Amino acid sequence: MTIGHEAFTFVRELVRAESAIVLEPGKEYLVESRLVPLARQGGHKDVDAFVAELATRRNPASMRLVVEALTTNETSWFRDTDPFTALRQSVFPTLAKTRTKHEIRVWAAACSSGQEPYSILMTAQDTPEIAGWKIDMLATDLSLEMLERARKGEYSQLEVNRGLPATTLVRHFERAGLNWRINPALAAQVQFRQLNLMRPFPAMGKFDVVFLRNVLIYFDLATKRDILRRVRQVLAPDGHLFLGAAEMTMGVDDAWERVPAGRSSVYRIREEQRTCVP
Amino acid sequence: MRALIVDDSRAMRRIVGRILADAGFETVEAGDGQEALDVLASLDGDLPVLACVDWNMPVMDGLTFITQVRKQVQWRSITLMMVTTESEQDRIVRALAAGAHEYLIKPFTGDALVEKLDLLGLLPTPVGDHS
Repeated sequence: MTIGHEAFTFVRELVRAESAIVLEPGKEYLVESRLVPLARQGGHKDVDAFVAELATRRNPASMRLVVEALTTNETSWFRDTDPFTALRQSVFPTLAKTRTKHEIRVWAAACSSGQEPYSILMTAQDTPEIAGWKIDMLATDLSLEMLERARKGEYSQLEVNRGLPATTLVRHFERAGLNWRINPALAAQVQFRQLNLMRPFPAMGKFDVVFLRNVLIYFDLATKRDILRRVRQVLAPDGHLFLGAAEMTMGVDDAWERVPAGRSSVYRIREEQRTCVP
Repeated sequence: MRALIVDDSRAMRRIVGRILADAGFETVEAGDGQEALDVLASLDGDLPVLACVDWNMPVMDGLTFITQVRKQVQWRSITLMMVTTESEQDRIVRALAAGAHEYLIKPFTGDALVEKLDLLGLLPTPVGDHS
């Protein structure tokens, strides 16, 4: 079952008017899947019925929810929880034993609107083993618009509802009108920069931790392989790579090995590959 | 697993109830804080693991309800989540100080509620990757 033409057209016009994002024909599935939760919440039998009522009543709150559902990238605080638990319980404590300068370098390679780098910093603050350490955080994204949002660090009510524990919200954010703004001291710790993963990386030194989550899925195999190979060059030999839950290096770039870390797993450069990085 | 929904809006109880049912909960409802205390007392040993509590309600508001629940040793196992339109920072701080474990601000999507359940360790299976 996919959304009807009439409903799709209505949503498409609404989203275009409100966000300048154009939902091309063929995106019916996306619209359907993003709106199902709203339709069900409102007690409608399907998305078509929900949109039909929306088109008649034009309730501003519902319209805003629809626009947000379609324009908010699939990103939430501490997305999937497990990688952040692994950081706190395993990765940071391991690095604490070997990084004598009390500094950890982290790269969030597809930072989108900033939730990921900020979540990493909040996790670092909650890790006693590295209390008081400097976290040198680079956050990059292809989209300048996303980087601008990330840098601003302002999130809507709907966005702070996603995956952010209430205690963390009140500790690291303050109200800014209807939005919430990340604590400026935390925001100042992140260096934001535009970067296209498909191009050669600029000089940026070696990182102890790289987050490359839910981005490889958008590339073909050859590109995935090339990106993973180049990530090896900017990762410390004993560094840690996080991928999305649905992504893996197996069969793409076998210089990596998957190591369990709590309920999730992290990727490390195989021992025999560490000395002869191309 | 049982969950208690405390909200004076029947529509909101239905919305929250449906999301919780999808997440595997059996739900009971109350229209205000006092009614919710009565429901808890009547449930005796078979307590809910979770209560989703609105703030503004007639008779007894959600903050008072949470404070009352926290005073009772036998109800200590219940996880309390405020679900409300109250979105000021000091409100959230007050609710947490009174004993709420989580705080969800209306309006919210079903995913947001499910993610809160995940944070609280109340999902049978962890939230998967949606990509």
